[in-house]
Amino acid sequence: MAERRTDIGPPHYENFLPPVIKKNYGKWLDHDIPRPGVLVHTAESGDKVWSVRAATPRLASIVTLRMFADLADKYSDGYMRWTSRNNIEFLLTDESKVDPLIADLKKEGYPVGGTGASITNIVHTQGWVHCHSSASDASGVVKSIMDELFPYFESMDKLPARLRIAFACCLNMCGAVHCSDISVLAVHRHAPKIDHDAMSKVCEIPSTISSCPTGAIRSATVDGKPSVEVIEEQCMYCANCFSVCPAMSLNDPETDGISIWVGGKLSNARSKPMFSKLAIPYLPNNPPRWPEVVNAVKHLVEVYAKHARKFERMGEWIERIGWPKFFDLTGLEFTKYHIDDFTHAGETYNRSAHNKIFNS
Amino acid sequence: MTEKRQTPKLDELTKGPWPSFVTEMKKVQDNPMVNDLLGQLERSYNEKIGHWKHGGIVGVMGYGGGVIGRYNDLPDDFPECNEFHTIRVNQPAGWFYDSKTIRKICDIWEKRGSGLTNFHGSTGDMVLLGTRTKELEPLFSDLTSIDFDLGGSGSDVRTPSCCNGKARCEWACYDTMKICHEVTMHFQDELHRPAFPYKWKFKFSGCANDCVASIARSDCAVIGTWKDEIKIDQKALQEHYVNGGGVDIARDVVNRCPSRCMSWDGTKLEIANEDCVKCMHCINVLHKALRPGDERGAAILIGGKAPIIGGALLAFTLIPFIDIENSLEDIYEVVEEIWDLWGEYGKNRERIGEFIQRIGLGNFLEQVGLEPAPEMISHPRTNPYIFFELDGEE
Repeated sequence: MAERRTDIGPPHYENFLPPVIKKNYGKWLDHDIPRPGVLVHTAESGDKVWSVRAATPRLASIVTLRMFADLADKYSDGYMRWTSRNNIEFLLTDESKVDPLIADLKKEGYPVGGTGASITNIVHTQGWVHCHSSASDASGVVKSIMDELFPYFESMDKLPARLRIAFACCLNMCGAVHCSDISVLAVHRHAPKIDHDAMSKVCEIPSTISSCPTGAIRSATVDGKPSVEVIEEQCMYCANCFSVCPAMSLNDPETDGISIWVGGKLSNARSKPMFSKLAIPYLPNNPPRWPEVVNAVKHLVEVYAKHARKFERMGEWIERIGWPKFFDLTGLEFTKYHIDDFTHAGETYNRSAHNKIFNS
Repeated sequence: MTEKRQTPKLDELTKGPWPSFVTEMKKVQDNPMVNDLLGQLERSYNEKIGHWKHGGIVGVMGYGGGVIGRYNDLPDDFPECNEFHTIRVNQPAGWFYDSKTIRKICDIWEKRGSGLTNFHGSTGDMVLLGTRTKELEPLFSDLTSIDFDLGGSGSDVRTPSCCNGKARCEWACYDTMKICHEVTMHFQDELHRPAFPYKWKFKFSGCANDCVASIARSDCAVIGTWKDEIKIDQKALQEHYVNGGGVDIARDVVNRCPSRCMSWDGTKLEIANEDCVKCMHCINVLHKALRPGDERGAAILIGGKAPIIGGALLAFTLIPFIDIENSLEDIYEVVEEIWDLWGEYGKNRERIGEFIQRIGLGNFLEQVGLEPAPEMISHPRTNPYIFFELDGEE
C-alpha cells in the first residue's frame, strides 16, 4: 500500500492556469463588459481573454461537473474557474467561440450573466439540504428569488449599481449575509426546547450555561437528572447553546421564518463597508416557493431601482434619503423590532436634530 | 434499489429560468443516498423543519478538521442518508481547475459518496456532500493520490481563499493567489489540527473592491492597496470618457470621491493623492484612464466576523501598508504572536475581533508588540476613563 500522505495542502494553482493567463500574469491592462455575462480582458501584450460567466445553483452533481469539463475541453483548452459567488467561468482566447459556448450553456440550463450593474448569484448556506440548525431551507429560497429576479441577472441596464443578495439559514451566517445590499436571513423565534433525557449524556452542562451571551441558562434538576433551564424572556434565539449542546434545539416549524435586511456593502468603493440593517423582521416559511419572501425582495429591488442615482448602492441610496424616507417609499412598517437593543444599541439612536420633514 | 422517492413539492423547484439544485439532485438520484436525501428533503418541505442531527465526531486519522459529521434523525425512514458526512477539500487558489482534474474528482466522488458537491462552500472549499464513515479513509487516500488535501473545520485555521488577482485582474495590488497558497502551505498543521479558541479565517483581496469579502468574513483580511499616485492617462480620459462613454466625470466620479481629492475642469483631471484613501471608485469607473500606483502592497485588517456571538464585526486596520510579497515572514511572526495571546486568554468560541474588544485594542497591541497608530481607529477616545499606568513613570 502506498504511503499515507498528509498535510500536502491544495495542488498548486499554476497547474490549472490557461496558457494565456500564465503568459499575461500580472500584466493585465484593462477590461470591458461587451455584453452581460462576458468580460474581455486585454493584456499589455495585446492578448485578449473572453470570460464567459454562467450561473450555477452551487449544489452541483458530478453529472454537471463532467458536462462543464466537456465544455471546457470544447471551448477553453480544458480550463475553467469558479467565482466567489458560485458562478462558473470559461476563459476563451477565440472570440468566435463565445456565442456557441453561451448557446451550449443555455441549452444545458446554465444561463450567462451576472456582470456589471446586475444581480448575480446569491451567496447562501446549506439549509434543510444539509444543516442541523437551519430555520429554513436555503437553496429553495434562493432558487425562488432568482427565478423572479432573473431579468436583472441577464441585463446591466436595469439598476443604478450592482446589487448583491445573500442568504443565511440561521444566525451563524455561514453565508455571512451581514454586509449585502439585501440579506435574507432565516430566524428562530422560540427559546430552545430542552431534551432533558439527552442533556447529561450528550452535553457538558457548565459549558452549555456559559455559552449563553445573555445569561439565560441556569442549571436545574429535572426528574432527578442534572439538566438546565432557560429563562425564556432573556433568550434572543442566537442558538449558541445549540452549537455547544445538541440537546438545546431551536428548530420549530411553527415559529421559524425569514427576516430581510438591507443596505450592506463589502466593497470600499466610495463609502466604507456597511452592515445590512433590518427592513422586515419576519416573514413566514412558505415552501416550496416562499412567495412572501420573493415578493418582498422584488419590491425592495424595484423601489431601489426607481429612486437611487447612478453608482449608488442600496445602502448609499438609503443614507442619502434617510431611513424615514426609506420606510415611506417602501411602505414597510417600522416597528420596535427595528430598534437595536444589543451591545452597541445606543450608537444607533439619532442623537441630533437632523431630520428631513416630509409628508408621506 | 428501493423505489424512487416522489417529490411533488421539490419538483416545483425544477421549473423556472434559474438553475435548480433539485435538478442537480435528480441527476444522481440513482445513487440510493441521494434518493433518500430527496425523500428527506421533501419531508422537510412538508413539515417546515430540517431533519439533520447536530454534528457527530468523525474524521480521518491524524486530522481534527476537514470532515463535518452529519446524521439524520429519521434513520428508519431514510436509512441510506442516515450517515451523510461533509468533506471539505482545499480548493486551488483562485478556484482554477482543468477538466482532467474535475473528472478525477468526479470519479472518486462517484465511488465514495453521493455524487453531490458544492462548488464552492462559503469559506471557499470544494465541498463533497454526503458520505459514510467507512468511506472517509479510502476517500482521503484517493484525494491525496491526486494531490488534494482536506480543508479546515472547527477551531482551526479555516481554508484560506483569495480573488483571482494577477491571474486576470488589472487592479491586483499584490499576487493574491501566490500569497494565499503560501500561507495555506505554511499553516498546514494549524489548518488540520484545531487548537484555537475558535475559527481563524484568512482572506486575500487584491484591491479595496474586495471580491472575496475579506473585510466582513475573515479574521485576517489582506487587502491590496498602494502608496504612491494614481496613474492618469489624460489622453485615454479624453478619448473614452469626455465625449460619450456614459460617464459624467464631475457627477459620477469627482463628486463621488469619499476623500474629495479630485478636481475636473472639463479637460484635465487632477488628484490630490495625499488625500486619496484608495477606495477604487474612480479607477473602477474610469478604468481605461486610471490605474493604481506603482508602489503596491496591502493593508492587513483584523477581526471581521458574523454575529455569533457578540455581534457582527467588520475587520479594522492593523497595518495600513506593507510590501506583502516581500514581508511574509513578518506577517507570520505577527500572526503567531496574536495566536499565542488569543490561545492563552481567549474564551471558548471567542473570535479574535471579540477578544480584542474585550481586552482593549491598546492592551492587545502592547501584548503582541505592535505600536498604536491612528490608522487603526476612526477617532481617538471621547471618554475620559483612562487606565493610566504609573509604574513606568519617573
